[in-house]
Amino acid sequence: MRVALFVTCVNDTLFPGTGQAVVTLLRRLGCDVDFPTAQTCCGQMHLNTGYLAEGRRLARHFADVFAGYDAVVVPSGSCAAMVREQYPKLARAASGGHGGHGGHETGGGPVPSGAAGGYEPRAGEPAPPAGESAEAGPRVYELSEFLLDVLGAEDVGAYFPHRVTYHPTCHSLRGLRLGDRPLRLLERVRGLELVPLPESEECCGFGGTFAVKNPAVSAAMCADKVRNIMDTGAEVVCATDNSCLMHIGGTLRRQRTGVRTMHLAEILAATEDPAGTAAAGAARGVAEDAATTAGEDGAVTRDDGAVTGEDGR
Amino acid sequence: MSGNAAFLGMPAFPRNAAAAVQDSQLRFNLRKATRTIRGRRASVVAELPDWAELRAAGRQIKDHTLRNLDRYLLQLEEAVTAAGGHVHWAADAAEANRIVTGLVRATGETSVVKVKSMATQEIGLNEALGRAGVTAYETDLAELIVQLGDDWPSHILVPAIHRNRSEIREIFRAKMAAWGRPAPGELTDDPRALAEAARLHLRERFLSTKVAISGANFMIAETGTLVVLESEGNGRMCLTLPETLISVVGIEKLLPTWRDLEVFLQLLPRSSTGERMNPYTSTWTGAAEGQEFHLVLLDNGRTRVLADEVGRQALRCIRCSACLNVCPVYERAGGHAYGSVYPGPIGAILTPQLRGMASELDASLPYASSLCGACFDVCPVAIDIPEVLVHLRGKARHPRAERLGMRAAGWVFDRPARLAGAQRLAGRLRRFVPGRLPGPLAAWTDTRDLPDIPAESFRDWWNRTNGGTR
Ligand code: SF4
Repeated sequence: MRVALFVTCVNDTLFPGTGQAVVTLLRRLGCDVDFPTAQTCCGQMHLNTGYLAEGRRLARHFADVFAGYDAVVVPSGSCAAMVREQYPKLARAASGGHGGHGGHETGGGPVPSGAAGGYEPRAGEPAPPAGESAEAGPRVYELSEFLLDVLGAEDVGAYFPHRVTYHPTCHSLRGLRLGDRPLRLLERVRGLELVPLPESEECCGFGGTFAVKNPAVSAAMCADKVRNIMDTGAEVVCATDNSCLMHIGGTLRRQRTGVRTMHLAEILAATEDPAGTAAAGAARGVAEDAATTAGEDGAVTRDDGAVTGEDGR
Repeated sequence: MSGNAAFLGMPAFPRNAAAAVQDSQLRFNLRKATRTIRGRRASVVAELPDWAELRAAGRQIKDHTLRNLDRYLLQLEEAVTAAGGHVHWAADAAEANRIVTGLVRATGETSVVKVKSMATQEIGLNEALGRAGVTAYETDLAELIVQLGDDWPSHILVPAIHRNRSEIREIFRAKMAAWGRPAPGELTDDPRALAEAARLHLRERFLSTKVAISGANFMIAETGTLVVLESEGNGRMCLTLPETLISVVGIEKLLPTWRDLEVFLQLLPRSSTGERMNPYTSTWTGAAEGQEFHLVLLDNGRTRVLADEVGRQALRCIRCSACLNVCPVYERAGGHAYGSVYPGPIGAILTPQLRGMASELDASLPYASSLCGACFDVCPVAIDIPEVLVHLRGKARHPRAERLGMRAAGWVFDRPARLAGAQRLAGRLRRFVPGRLPGPLAAWTDTRDLPDIPAESFRDWWNRTNGGTR
């Protein structure tokens, strides 16, 4: 199966180990992974902060880049939710089709569907006019959805002998309704001891620009999250979003707790084979050191990727 | 104190919230209270197998009513008038206050009793009456505490949620005498003793006051009936004992028929107090015998909200306060930080729409959320609060530095080559990133370390190794 990886701008820039882990994992499970280099950002930061013009541009760019693929895998609950849940609303707003009387009921169960173009109307909503990319694009999956719902792989062959707790991020919990998918995957990891996180469904306080626009409340929320994490005695806190983990991990580090944060993909990519483990970034520190070494070895920086990446519009 | 005037010139939400976060007593009270109600709500909602259908019906009925509001309002006016009531239309707070003050003056009375009502707080009615020489006495227990404490409500359902019982005892002991029957000298902070002191204090008031002012939870267009749901029974006394009853109700509180009420009598108590049924439901149609009844229909910005295709869903709100009780931001910031009688998530979308976003405070409200979505999940009429927050953020004024930063980020993300260039620059400078950032970004590093910047971005790794294959 040929799938496109939308790595997300945060992972691309700050957490390349997560992207590498997804590649390792999907290849191990027999997928042919492509990384369309023209991709940048889904526009979440702009759209959620109220910068619609920039956000719309990025949404359109996303739709163009991924239009030709059957499936897009995203190692981020919030970016997947942005594309699947928010893009259709954007399209409706743009087409004036938001009547506020549609039949969609978002409080329901898991609905792993939606076009990458995202410009698909929901049941009962008027279709957007032509020109707003009305054609159905590829399906966008958060990583755990893809592994379970598409590949049917509960046991991904991972080995990670550590005590781990899992924080369900808000957009994976209440946006995508991932339910227990990540937990089911973690439960099958050999050697892993999964400890439940108290008050797990409480927001960690990241919230994108909220973290800097309302720092006092954001920090107070994270303080409670960190206290709950410490209560589990876990060595590692795991989630489907590196943005939330950056906030939680930054607080854990500032408080010198010694607890590490890891993206779900990195745990699932880890195996008993030490080489594979390092490449997959089983321990983020190790992965980063490896990347650093590699980067400094291959001192010749390649610009061709960037050139092909230019979308030429 | 209540009404918008009380909040004029208040600082923006982040500053108010930062002060509240420091108040450990407040945070303890809020956490305890919201979590208790939250748990109760969750268990009584889980009992109903058809909650999703009820919620969808609630939403649908409200949307239908709002789309036909003009027609239903006229139907209501006709029915109320036919039943002997008088209907008044108020375009804004000033007009509503003028109407109510005039009606009270006409009775020659100088005091009124009040049933808990958000609409009258929204328009600052107590202050307006005070200026006209009329004293308004709050009769809801929590509102009484707020009034005696010269305070603002901080929660829709539990206006004195920020007070604990020893504080309440102090307020009763110090202030009750000035407002009527004093608190007993030996008053303890036992909840029953406090309730009894309030009961005696209020009972005297009910029996001696001839004019009452109320709001309403629902108005039924078909019959002209008003409906009030409450827990204490004080509201019922206000509604029945006085000779003149004046109800001030927002125009969005309408339901077309009695049948529609059935849905809301299930949605509201379970969402709000976590009860299967509220203890008292009072309904009245027009004027009772020997009573004069006036209905003041309040717009005060609502038709403007109705004109906004995304924002109008806020008018579906039935003021249950479930969204407050699950909101992690409300739990830590408290109700006063929102600078309005409508706190919490619903306040963050309603206040900027009703008042506009000209003030710094009102423009900051759509940002008083991490967009965690807990409010949307519990809202009994399925208001997509995060969607409205984001919509309002698109209309708010943005600080200049932020605007420049976001524009620059957009420029970088517009072209993959620019993003790659920025990533390489960051990789090269990674050893020079300070532990504490300057300017607005210090808000991050005050409590959090920065992540290590990798030497190589994912895209550069992919291109260099051909996707990890060489
Ligand atoms: S917005 Fe919804 S949850 Fe909040 S008070 Fe209104 S009806 Fe209740």
